[in-house]
Amino acid sequence: MLVLDNIETHYGNIRALRGISLDVKQKEIVTIIGANGAGKTTTLKTICGLVPPTSGKIHFQNNDITGKAASDIVGTGIALVPEGRRVFPRMTVLENLQLGAYLNKDRQAVKNDLEKVFKLFPILKNRIKQISGTLSGGEQQMLAIARALMARPKLLLLDEPSMGLAPKIVANIFDIIKQINREGTTILLVEQNARMALSIAHKGFVIETGKIVLQDTAENLLKDEEVKKAYLGD
Amino acid sequence: MFFEQIINGLTLGSTYSLIALGYTMVYGILELINFAHSEIYMIGSFIGLMMVTVYKLPFVLALIVSMAGSCLLGISIEKAAYRPLRKANRIAPLISAIGVSIFLQNAVLMLVGPQARSFPANFSVKNLKLGTFLQISTLQLLILVVSIILMVGLHFLIQKTKIGQAMRATAQDKETAQLMGIKIDQVISFTFAIGSALGGAAGVLVGVYFDSVDPMMGFFPGLKGFVAAVLGGIGSIPGAMLGGLILGLVEMLGAVYMSRYKDAIAFAVLIFILLLKPTGLLGRRVQEKV
Repeated sequence: MLVLDNIETHYGNIRALRGISLDVKQKEIVTIIGANGAGKTTTLKTICGLVPPTSGKIHFQNNDITGKAASDIVGTGIALVPEGRRVFPRMTVLENLQLGAYLNKDRQAVKNDLEKVFKLFPILKNRIKQISGTLSGGEQQMLAIARALMARPKLLLLDEPSMGLAPKIVANIFDIIKQINREGTTILLVEQNARMALSIAHKGFVIETGKIVLQDTAENLLKDEEVKKAYLGD
Repeated sequence: MFFEQIINGLTLGSTYSLIALGYTMVYGILELINFAHSEIYMIGSFIGLMMVTVYKLPFVLALIVSMAGSCLLGISIEKAAYRPLRKANRIAPLISAIGVSIFLQNAVLMLVGPQARSFPANFSVKNLKLGTFLQISTLQLLILVVSIILMVGLHFLIQKTKIGQAMRATAQDKETAQLMGIKIDQVISFTFAIGSALGGAAGVLVGVYFDSVDPMMGFFPGLKGFVAAVLGGIGSIPGAMLGGLILGLVEMLGAVYMSRYKDAIAFAVLIFILLLKPTGLLGRRVQEKV
């Protein structure tokens, strides 16, 4: 479904990604784990067009999307839940969700989609008029995920959804991610909380200083001695 | 006298508000002070004058043509002078803005010469008595009504329409706005278009109010529109509206007692309010919640 072929991305003169190749198959949950600064976020930003790659190709559903603008990539069916949630702080919950469906011209369809995300996140329904900046961190994360779903993505990219949240809320969020996947959305998840990510993923990639150093099923990665030592804290 | 000055103040203030809106909208989205805005105001006034005197258009139609012309001018300035510098450091577009301002001023100066021209009202101006104290001219009434319509319209546009929502989203977080599918270049163009149309409208209204148009006319109103925007809290749309009205009122009331210091009063008020509230009346404190 999504194939990255030898992607390199630079920030000015700094080479952040040094030839990333990975693939995500339909209906999968795939995770990229790695340390701070390894290139996880850059990989997601490159996929969704926020930073254009300097070389390599990205194919999504057999279409070349390399170098397309971020505002066009959403329309192809890829939505990103950015690191740090990035809800529009001075807008209401409802407005944030409406912006998620910005490209959907069919008002009735947007209404139906709203009801769908409220089923997944009932707490948001009670808060539609609330200014998003005043929500708690967990609620903001839910809003960010719900907003991404409003774009009707076929592939959902999640960047550190557990960041700064209490363990109980993290567990809740991961349950919801699993449920979104069961309902048919493919998921690419970037996490520092490697154990949590591998526990719900089918497949994992380990990234170190801009390169994929290891890839395997999530099950095998959880048993891998090197991974255990470096990322699982055993 | 007092009530008359209130009306004069509100009339003048509402034109400051229109100018201030252009500054504040552009600042809200690009964090750029568009110094060329005062020239858009001046050129808007000239377009209006030309429509009234050369093409004999009715006033409201002349106003609309002038707004459309200012729109195009604003979009072109952004494309030519600011967009190429979007990724440069913050001082570069500011210098570019000053350059555009000087360029436009001199271009108009060359085209029409430095002398002030009369901007005749092509409708009959009468004084309406409202009770014993109040009296308002139809010209003032027109300025107030047009300003109010434009401001209410703007409020509706920003708060209730999809493009308004996109503008607010872009002002709050450009990167995330793109993730929603918003083309921010279009939103920025649109912001310049609306802000410039309001500036052009102000130029026409002030031109006919003082019956005078000249190539340097943008300087003081531009400065005061900017003061009004900062006074209300730059980036805040209601702030710009409020700031303009306050400035107009203070200036006109001040003029009663010390008419020679009319312009100084505007800046005294600015300094005073910024000392009390550095973000302006309705401005936000800049803080990031992580």
